[in-house]
Amino acid sequence: MAERSVLSIRDLAVQFRSEQGTVRALDGVSFDLRAGRTLGIVGESGCGKSVTARSILRLIDWPGRITGGQILLDPEEPQPTDLTALGPESRRMREVRGGRVGLIFQEPMTALSAHYTVGNQIIEAVLQHRDLSKADAKAQAIALLGEVGIPHPQRRIDAYPFELSGGLRQRVGIAMALAGDPDILIADEPTTALDVTTQAQILGLLQRLQREKGIALMLITHDMGVIAEMADEVAVMYLGRIVETAPVARLFAAPRHPYTRALLRAVPSILATPRQRLSTIGGAVPHPGLRPGGCSFHPRCAENLGERCRREVPAPVPLNEDGGASCFLAEDAA
Amino acid sequence: MSTTALEPAALPTGDAAAEARYAQATQLQLTWWRFRRHKLALVSLVVVALFYGVAAFADFLAISDPHATDARRSFIPPQGIHLFDEGGFNPHVYGLKGVRDPRTFKLAYTPDPARKLPVRLFARGYSYHLFGLFETDIHLLGIEGGGRSDGIFLLGTDQLGRDLFSRMMVATRISLFIGLAGVTVSLLLGVILGGISGLYGGWVDTLIQRLIEVLRSIPTIPLWMGLAAALPNTWSVTQVYLAITVIISLIGWTELARVVRGRFLALREEDFVVAAELAGASQMRIILRHMLPSFASHVIAAVSLALPAMIVSETSLSFLGLGLRPPAISWGILLQDAQNIQVLAGAPWLLSAAVPVTVVILAFNFLGDGLRDAADPYG
Amino acid sequence: MLIYLLRRLGLAITTCVFISILTFIIIRLPPGDFVDAYIANLAASGSSVSMEQAEAMRRDYGLDQPLPVQYLRWMGRVLEGDFGVSMVWRRPVTEVIGDRLWLTMLVSLAALFLTWAIALPIGIYSAVRQYSIADYIFTTLGFIGLAVPNFLLALILMYVGFRYLGLNVGGLFSAEYVQAPWSLARAWDLAKHLPLPAAVLALAGTAQLIRIMRANLLDELRKPYVVTARAKGLPEARAILKYPVRAALNPFASSIAYLFPYLVSGSIIVSLVLGLPTVGPLLLQALVAQDMFLAGAIVLLLGVMTVAGTLVSDLLLMWIDPRIRLEGQ
Repeated sequence: MAERSVLSIRDLAVQFRSEQGTVRALDGVSFDLRAGRTLGIVGESGCGKSVTARSILRLIDWPGRITGGQILLDPEEPQPTDLTALGPESRRMREVRGGRVGLIFQEPMTALSAHYTVGNQIIEAVLQHRDLSKADAKAQAIALLGEVGIPHPQRRIDAYPFELSGGLRQRVGIAMALAGDPDILIADEPTTALDVTTQAQILGLLQRLQREKGIALMLITHDMGVIAEMADEVAVMYLGRIVETAPVARLFAAPRHPYTRALLRAVPSILATPRQRLSTIGGAVPHPGLRPGGCSFHPRCAENLGERCRREVPAPVPLNEDGGASCFLAEDAA
Repeated sequence: MSTTALEPAALPTGDAAAEARYAQATQLQLTWWRFRRHKLALVSLVVVALFYGVAAFADFLAISDPHATDARRSFIPPQGIHLFDEGGFNPHVYGLKGVRDPRTFKLAYTPDPARKLPVRLFARGYSYHLFGLFETDIHLLGIEGGGRSDGIFLLGTDQLGRDLFSRMMVATRISLFIGLAGVTVSLLLGVILGGISGLYGGWVDTLIQRLIEVLRSIPTIPLWMGLAAALPNTWSVTQVYLAITVIISLIGWTELARVVRGRFLALREEDFVVAAELAGASQMRIILRHMLPSFASHVIAAVSLALPAMIVSETSLSFLGLGLRPPAISWGILLQDAQNIQVLAGAPWLLSAAVPVTVVILAFNFLGDGLRDAADPYG
Repeated sequence: MLIYLLRRLGLAITTCVFISILTFIIIRLPPGDFVDAYIANLAASGSSVSMEQAEAMRRDYGLDQPLPVQYLRWMGRVLEGDFGVSMVWRRPVTEVIGDRLWLTMLVSLAALFLTWAIALPIGIYSAVRQYSIADYIFTTLGFIGLAVPNFLLALILMYVGFRYLGLNVGGLFSAEYVQAPWSLARAWDLAKHLPLPAAVLALAGTAQLIRIMRANLLDELRKPYVVTARAKGLPEARAILKYPVRAALNPFASSIAYLFPYLVSGSIIVSLVLGLPTVGPLLLQALVAQDMFLAGAIVLLLGVMTVAGTLVSDLLLMWIDPRIRLEGQ
């Protein structure tokens, strides 16, 4: 894994305060994003995937706040920038948003404002990061729309989002994320709201852009199929922690965490025998405010070791190329 | 994603007994439990209850006959009750004394500290019918001895020498009940028209919706003024009372109809209604047994938001002299005396009817807000 | 867009017809007819009218015809600008109303603009700084504004002005301009008198609009496009003003549709208390004196102008919301 790391997250902790007490939305999350590679982040709803994405851009709203850890931009440069040390509304942070890190959303309808043309919204992003005249910015926006595969970009630039199909809207969203020429892209469930054919097209587009521009892509999804297709490395999250990391091939071949195994069993497979029941994970994700003690997965874990899992917290995933699992079973096997 | 997970309502109680209680609770019970959490709304509920208490016991709380005029005690400023005398607890008020103004030679009556009149609880006064049933002359407060013009004037008197406090008690009864009556008529109109609109849909729905839109885009006061002014002079107080009730209820029904229709439309798609339909329940039974209970709380909330509008309408019309007519007493009629700025400058206590109007409207608004939140935590 | 436009126009016309019918009912509602009232009025001033003259008048006004015919005749005259003659003033109704109608609209419009000018910034502030001290203060003030009927507020202001400042805060003109012909100085005098009644009228609506703006903006602030805007690197203030505020403006703009009739209504009573030379006091006088042609004309004109104002606000809404503008294209 020779690629340069462009973003290092170390022990990131985010808490939300409410009357009911403090909720630890992220609890010691660490990973790296590397140029030209895709990190897939997978987990059920509420596990902290989106909070991670927003923390990187410092867009967590009150009552949430970062309570620990570092988000290092350019960690291999002599002087990396720790984003957690910047003010969320500081000029440097705003330069990072869109300029270094682009964000692609799940819902292309609600992520775009219905009150302005797509051109208006893209040009705004271009002007925010590049010193161009209005006419040049418009030309740039048209070029971006063409780049993301929108037919007749000169005409579509004056369209309102609600006049476009879901797939086109998501392409607009990607064009907007690219407007500031970022080298890191965070895609938060970019294809969940789309139909299957469009999904494949959008994923293909992301892959092509990544290849052409050497972008580091962080792909958040709950869809194991998307992970298999797109990711180079995978991080599995559960209740605000990363429970397993692995290169994508190994994750599918030999998952080490019981949660990962359960997730994989829950994926429908064409190799399954007819009438075979699709496996589900017992129970529901607990409310993050009511995190179980010990290993937080133990109440739902089919392989839990009893007393030990209830009491002790397993060590976090090691930060090496091969990854590993935060589980006593994996520790014992090693 | 994680922000929705933070909704406090999503927190499980972890208590099996409590969960069972929630599962079996009716819609109204659930609403009540949620409502109890709104402190302001709860306080408002108490305030509203107090107001209706005053309304029910208006004559008992009144001190002197609200209709009795007496030129000698015209425009007496508010008098407090003096609690202590000669070192002991001995509540009393001062009697009135005629003083001739040295310049105008007009005889004016002012309180005379030399004449102390003891205040008694459950004293005898003018006779009235409690709840319209039992004749009695017992009042909460009264004085012992004193002349015909003497009395307790907590809020002063008006030009004709009528005790404002006593009038206010009686006015509370009329103003609150005219609001209640108006809302009842509105509710009937609203539920029937809104229900038809929501249940049948189609052109009936379109027609009723257009009617509501038309009614809402008309400036109401001039129209209602016109209607109220057209009531014949020869009508009795009761007839006018009823007519005014109908007129002001024509204002309120559109909003209620909108709420009812909205709930009907939402409920028609609900599983339990569809299930009842499939089970072959009659339409009437579905409406009464399944739908009505589940939007009763919404209707209650809408009613408590409509009531203040009714009260303001009555007060405004009466204030203009187009609503209730004397000898009926309502807040609006009391405020009518305050219309003349010269009179008001000399007797600012005439404005005191503004206080109950404001307080009761505020209370109903808070109550309605609390009820609406409780009825529909997500809406 | 055309469909929307036609629909709105159709609704406005229906409303006007509805108002005219109600007005006609009001005119016809008092016992006896216009001629009876006219004769009684003349008798009060000492002159008398013979039976034949009365019958001639009835025929003249078409009072011997069935009601629908009477209504159509009346509407025909109204559409030609003939609203009949005021009995009390013995002059054509249009002449009696004169400037008053425009002043009514002016006061209501001033109140409308004031409502917006106050409610918009406060609503935005309350939503963006939710649960701040200022938010609580504005919310409390808003509730009080909602609870004090505006004629009561006018009364209290009159009292305070008279008692403590020793001046009459009512009216729309200073004494020297009341009868004066229109001039720049008179218009300026009017402009100086306008804020107080406008503020009194605006209070309740402002309270309501602040709540609407606050609630809508709170909804919009949670939407993903706000994060999109901020993720582009826009400063927070710019991101909020350009996107969620813009979206929350739609329900705000459409609030004219119900606010305007409400303000016109309110202006009637407030004018009475503050002694404004609007149609309010005239309407009350006319109603009390059963001068029904005058009263009817006022009710009808007020209604129609309100509908026109509402229609304008709808067109405005159409212009600012691309979703409606582009509908059906």
